[in-house]
Amino acid sequence: MLELVFLLMAAVAVISALGVLMVRDIFRAALCLIVLFMTVAGVYVLLHADFIAVVQVLVYVGAISVLIIVAIMLTRDARQGQPLGNLKYIAGAVAFLLLAVIVYSIVTTAFTLSEGAPLDETVKPLGKLLFGDPGYLLTVQIAAVLLLSAILGAVAVIREK
Amino acid sequence: MLTLGLVHFLILSAALFVIGLFGVITQRNVIKVIMCLEIMLNAVNIALIAFSQYIVPTALTGQVFALFVMVVAAAEVAVGIAIIFSIYRNRESVDMENFNILKW
Repeated sequence: MLELVFLLMAAVAVISALGVLMVRDIFRAALCLIVLFMTVAGVYVLLHADFIAVVQVLVYVGAISVLIIVAIMLTRDARQGQPLGNLKYIAGAVAFLLLAVIVYSIVTTAFTLSEGAPLDETVKPLGKLLFGDPGYLLTVQIAAVLLLSAILGAVAVIREK
Repeated sequence: MLTLGLVHFLILSAALFVIGLFGVITQRNVIKVIMCLEIMLNAVNIALIAFSQYIVPTALTGQVFALFVMVVAAAEVAVGIAIIFSIYRNRESVDMENFNILKW
């Protein structure tokens, strides 16, 4: 059953990712991207990462898609996507080769899998890991500073002279 | 019937990453390039969480890393779209051909 769900999600994810590339109307490409984000959230649920799945929906579907759609709306002249560049065939060959190499190395590597059962819910342990004493508290604060400076930088770049 | 394992998630991640890479190289609309970058970051997150789940299921380190990747992605999109707007204001275009201001 889980395998069927995974195959369905993987198919939807790959098709919508291809849709982002192929669809001419850039607004519809953005809608394909939202479908992809939702499917990736489903994959996280399959991986027992419930908190990450919720954050994925909040941050990607809620915030980043809205930013991208606003960008599309404000640059309306170019809504009809331009054709692909001249690099298409070389890039396609390189991408296909890279995929072949990655898949080959994934299949031939012997990962040391753990037999342990996954955690039932990850919110509490994640919170302890992020804010606890032997944890990532400093990194969380650096991330906050990074977000603040990104917002200030965006405002500074976009301000009218 | 296959049994769901680490390999399947990694192959999905690799496929999404390669699709995003192809898009970043070939697309001419800058907003589409940013969208493809997001696809690549999502692919990396899937790989991180799959490794975390199958190799250290109780340590959650991969999930913490994925959270920080999301923070950086949000910051990157905000700054990227601000740069697109400010170039669009000068050039009236979002075509990659016109984004050569820094070239000499």
